[in-house]
Amino acid sequence: MARAQELNPSELAHEYLRQKKKFPHVWCAGCGIGTIMGAVIRAIADRKLDRDRVVMVSGIGCSSRMPIYVDFNTLHTTHGRAIAFATGVKAARPELEVIVVTGDGDAAAIGGNHLIHACRRNINLTVVCINNNIYGMTGGQASPTTPYGKFATTARYGNFERPFDLCALTEAAGAAYVARGTVFYARPLEKLIADAIAKKGFAFVEVISQCPTYYGRFNELRTPVEMLYWQRDNTVNVKAAAKLKPEEREGKILTGVLADRDYPEFTELYDKLIAELAAKEGK
Amino acid sequence: MVLMQGNEAIAYAALDAGVRFFAGYPITPSTELAEIMSVELPKRGGKFLQMEDEIASLAACIGASLTGVKAMTATSGPGFSLMQENLGYAYMTEVPCVIVNVMRGGPSTGVPTGPAQADVMQARWGTHGDHPAIALCPSSVLDCYSLTARAINLAEKYRMPTLLIPDEIIGHMREDVTLPEHVEVVDREPPHVPPEWYYPYDDTGCEATPLAPFGAGFRFHATGLTHDRAGFATSVPAEIDRCIRNLMRKTIKFRRDIILVEHEHLQDAEVVVAAYGISARAAQAATATARARGYRVGFINLKTVWPFCFKLIAKVAETAHAIIVPEMNFGQLVREVERAACGKTEVVSLTRVDGEPIVPRQIVDAVTHHATPGGGS
Repeated sequence: MARAQELNPSELAHEYLRQKKKFPHVWCAGCGIGTIMGAVIRAIADRKLDRDRVVMVSGIGCSSRMPIYVDFNTLHTTHGRAIAFATGVKAARPELEVIVVTGDGDAAAIGGNHLIHACRRNINLTVVCINNNIYGMTGGQASPTTPYGKFATTARYGNFERPFDLCALTEAAGAAYVARGTVFYARPLEKLIADAIAKKGFAFVEVISQCPTYYGRFNELRTPVEMLYWQRDNTVNVKAAAKLKPEEREGKILTGVLADRDYPEFTELYDKLIAELAAKEGK
Repeated sequence: MVLMQGNEAIAYAALDAGVRFFAGYPITPSTELAEIMSVELPKRGGKFLQMEDEIASLAACIGASLTGVKAMTATSGPGFSLMQENLGYAYMTEVPCVIVNVMRGGPSTGVPTGPAQADVMQARWGTHGDHPAIALCPSSVLDCYSLTARAINLAEKYRMPTLLIPDEIIGHMREDVTLPEHVEVVDREPPHVPPEWYYPYDDTGCEATPLAPFGAGFRFHATGLTHDRAGFATSVPAEIDRCIRNLMRKTIKFRRDIILVEHEHLQDAEVVVAAYGISARAAQAATATARARGYRVGFINLKTVWPFCFKLIAKVAETAHAIIVPEMNFGQLVREVERAACGKTEVVSLTRVDGEPIVPRQIVDAVTHHATPGGGS
């Protein structure tokens, strides 16, 4: 670990990769997931987590391929169910650091119920939700976060469903920590993820990412660079936003720490119950 | 001797056999299991979670099991339907866990408080793709206790999910039982190699490759994708073939260790009644009645429904004039009996789908119809 601290950010990421035969990875050129993987790894290194005790859990989709490449205990589960699997891992062994990597379709559509109940339960998990506004792996279908009026292979006339604001959703459902970052601001993202890991309780980090292959191509964002600039130009940090006039904030997506609250954590409460029952038994 | 309910016996057997994690969702007629586990597990340092649905319940069990903890869930037909997704995941990733499906009438919501034995084929083929299956079916409260312990041990030994499928009558019935003083407990084999040599899906020819718990330094990958011996997804035909054959091998190569059936009077039997669950109780009573009247009847209690005891049925088919299969469904396991009998004897399906149990008289009538009075010699 001491060695890891001396490395520059890209070398550091290599320290935590399964290098033996897992590359090249599946992600398209210009995809944001690789950048986010780097941020997750640097956050784990920053928190000085023992890699033997890190469990990375994912569901199905492009983002959910991340566990393949990282040298932790890794669990690539069924579509939408990553948080439910992670809940079992964490409840059984609270000493493990459990990080869920998921996407907008995985977490908010098929897995939406697991997401809100994990928030409510306030179990000490870190969920990194990579939101690229589309189903990438199946070829560009509309997702629960595809913006109104945007195009996808199943929204050829424009999407007329409203998108979920995943941070508002998780905050309302009771998550202890809610933050939003972007691929463009990769280093601040790293800090958000590190803080999410440090947070005792359910922590949710939405990352605005880019899918140039499908979302960009269907929605007149022709290059990955154009999509990254879109992230820069359409987001504003929540602290900076407080100083802006309402007309200046109009249409901007808030980033940074959106909720940070202390609620009793599930595994701590449970361990307390076990200790109390044992003490009663001993009497 | 204690008066105990079937579901209670299942819960206490699970605790005695080392289950320390239970995640479930309320559903009649299995709910007593979740209720008992919620009280008893924390007393033993274990964890109980009431999840948001049955999909999450089995997911949480698989996650817990991957950390080395024995895990169980319980449900009934509609919940078992929801569990099929992650049941397939557990087969594919070879993660031990036990699913109790207290069978009620279906399809869909069916008769929630009524008994049935209609999930026998779902227990075998409910999840998509080729997979092995171990399903045990108790026919008494004592069976509930011993077969639960057996299901847990088989799950650990063969590194796969196992199913216990009592019908609602068995789950809710109360009987006097004398529980065994000692329960055999099979603990999970730890890897005998250092992490750098560890392949979680290696083909060792044994019952199963040891499963390292998360957190012990092995840092392996588990996926529902068809995988190579290291656990990583593969699309190489030879590796896909190996992955699937390795799964299927468990219940083929080791079927003699897995299958537990009990039988009576097969030596001289002209007619054999093959049954399971509460229907086996009726069959046993019917056999005694018919024999008292001079009919040469035999009885098989299929305590292991899956894998199916093909060899025994094939042998019986050589000598018996008929095999009667009473089931509280439209005729599910009778298909396996027909396959095993291979046309060598008449196979008679006795069914009941009205939410009421098969009674001994129904079986006695079938026996007297097919057997010769006075023994036929």
